Amino acid sequence: MSVFILRRFLTLIATLFGASLIIFLVLDALPGNAAQMLMGADASPDAVRAMTIKLGLDQPLYYRYVHWITGILTGDLGNSYAYGTPVAGLIAERLTLTIPLAIMSMSMTVVLALAAGIYTAANHNKIGDVGVMSLTQFGIALPNFWFAILLILLFAVKLQWLSAGGFAGWEESILAGIKSLLLPAISLSVVQAAILARVTRSAVLEVLREDFVRTARAKGLSKRDVLWRHVLRNAMIPVMTIMGLQFANLLAGTIVIENVFYLPGLGRLIFQSIANRDLIVVRNCVMLLAAIVVIVNFVVDVLYAFIDPRIKVHNL
Amino acid sequence: MSDTANAPLIEVRDLGVRLNTSRGPAQAVRGVSFSLRRGETLGLVGESGCGKSVTALALMGLLPESAVVSGSIRLDGHELVGLSDANYCKLRGNRISMIFQEPMTALNPMHTIGRQVAEPLRRHTNCSAADARREAIALLDRVGLPDAAKRVDAYPHQFSGGQRQRITIAMALACQPDVLIADEPTTALDVTIQGQILDLIADLVAERGMSMILISHDLGVIAENVQRMMVMYGGIVVESGATNTVFTRMGHPYTQGLFRARPRLGARKGTRLQTIAGTVPELADLPSGCTFADRCGIVEDRCRVALPAVVDVGARHGVRCIRTDVSMAETVGAVEHDHA
Repeated sequence: MSVFILRRFLTLIATLFGASLIIFLVLDALPGNAAQMLMGADASPDAVRAMTIKLGLDQPLYYRYVHWITGILTGDLGNSYAYGTPVAGLIAERLTLTIPLAIMSMSMTVVLALAAGIYTAANHNKIGDVGVMSLTQFGIALPNFWFAILLILLFAVKLQWLSAGGFAGWEESILAGIKSLLLPAISLSVVQAAILARVTRSAVLEVLREDFVRTARAKGLSKRDVLWRHVLRNAMIPVMTIMGLQFANLLAGTIVIENVFYLPGLGRLIFQSIANRDLIVVRNCVMLLAAIVVIVNFVVDVLYAFIDPRIKVHNL
Repeated sequence: MSDTANAPLIEVRDLGVRLNTSRGPAQAVRGVSFSLRRGETLGLVGESGCGKSVTALALMGLLPESAVVSGSIRLDGHELVGLSDANYCKLRGNRISMIFQEPMTALNPMHTIGRQVAEPLRRHTNCSAADARREAIALLDRVGLPDAAKRVDAYPHQFSGGQRQRITIAMALACQPDVLIADEPTTALDVTIQGQILDLIADLVAERGMSMILISHDLGVIAENVQRMMVMYGGIVVESGATNTVFTRMGHPYTQGLFRARPRLGARKGTRLQTIAGTVPELADLPSGCTFADRCGIVEDRCRVALPAVVDVGARHGVRCIRTDVSMAETVGAVEHDHA
């Protein structure tokens, strides 16, 4: 098993390296000049050149790449062009919002999806199955920003239970922070949960058709016991795979949702930095998102090995 | 247990099973009746789709929910048809056990074999986890799994097909059932292993005084392992009787066809294997008369009118054919021809 984890870890490092190269090259190849942008359209060529040198943009490509990577490893990401403050601090501050938001919406996704998926599979072709599955069909078709606006109209404008946007912060009370993330988390999780529920349902149904389910029934286990003791663990492999992939979607979703709710999170930072052509911030944020996605999928791979005993042996 | 030793342990009367198939409702089993005393062995033989596995699953109460079961199945006098699933769960794996055809897929790949063998014990007796584990090791040892004590925590994929079938046998025997149903237990195994597994089952059945229903399409397996046999075709029993009686005096044209279709050693070179003309009828649209009529060599018009009644052609030897006068005269001829 340790061989399996080591191999996956090496893959993870290689993937991160590849991702950093692509991010760096693509952002570098973009037309436009950060120095020009900072100095304004009317700045003299001399001033722009001086700014270019100050930002280190005159250095050769490989030098700048190596400089960036060593910076990531030492925690020094440079200063934002737009704010003039360290990028690392900027990102860290925004993460105190985006990480709880991601965790909240992922938990909602998993709880909703597993409940709906297992319920519908256990009641295959019955009215409950058909009803819940139609709902998920609806959920999949829902654009999350539009759904977010509906939630605001209902819970913030009409019922006035929650605020329409903004972030209360964690300093005052944790509850206030959670409350201001509730609607964004719901809007992020609805589509994901609908997809994951369908995946869970078909995974469970597939396992229910396996021979060992009949064997378990022949031993005298009730349908319910068979479902919980024999079926779910077998069905978790495809479900976890999709969960890992969904995490990436969820992070991408925060860019839109944080804008809808005026949340000062990482997604909004990316959005603003792109608008400001603050490429050093964009580059580091995108790298961070890529790293999170790759690491989450690494964790999923490692979990496979814990769930499925066959994986350990096949890879030794 | 029972004061009347001669009372049947299992008594099946006029069992019928209607399944909902993609081609509409199908009468998969019709009018199956038999009884089995403690310690007796019964074979069910026939082609795929003849209803033998459906009969077994009906006994286990494991047919799909949409299946409609009619008739009666009694275990020690208690009616099983219409029994609630909760009550059936108390019998399955406890008083009636089943061994399935595919040992490669019959075990849960995620659980250790020890846990799977101990599961019926945990379900049906109130023994502790430690006791169940000890018993599981003893069972695995009894079915001939090498190094049972060491391998009890291994997973199914770490065993060969033959070993896995031994594990499923240990699982089926865990609670000392009265009835063992073995549905093609050796079909998926290598020929070299088949004999070992059948011998193991025979030993265990004798050792524990169980009754057994052995399902097979292989006449050789049936001949060597059961006292009585039933030949099924198109969902009905076409012939039943003591195994050696049926083998020496087979009365139904279908039984005879099955027998001729066996490959044999020592046949003259170039001799073509005989087949039964035609194909097994679709259960969704069975002919109105004898189900075998379309493939029968001695069919008459009256065969197609109604399902033939069972004709007694000897002691406890029944044949569902109205032309036994012709068919049984021919059998003799066929056997003589064989020797020539």
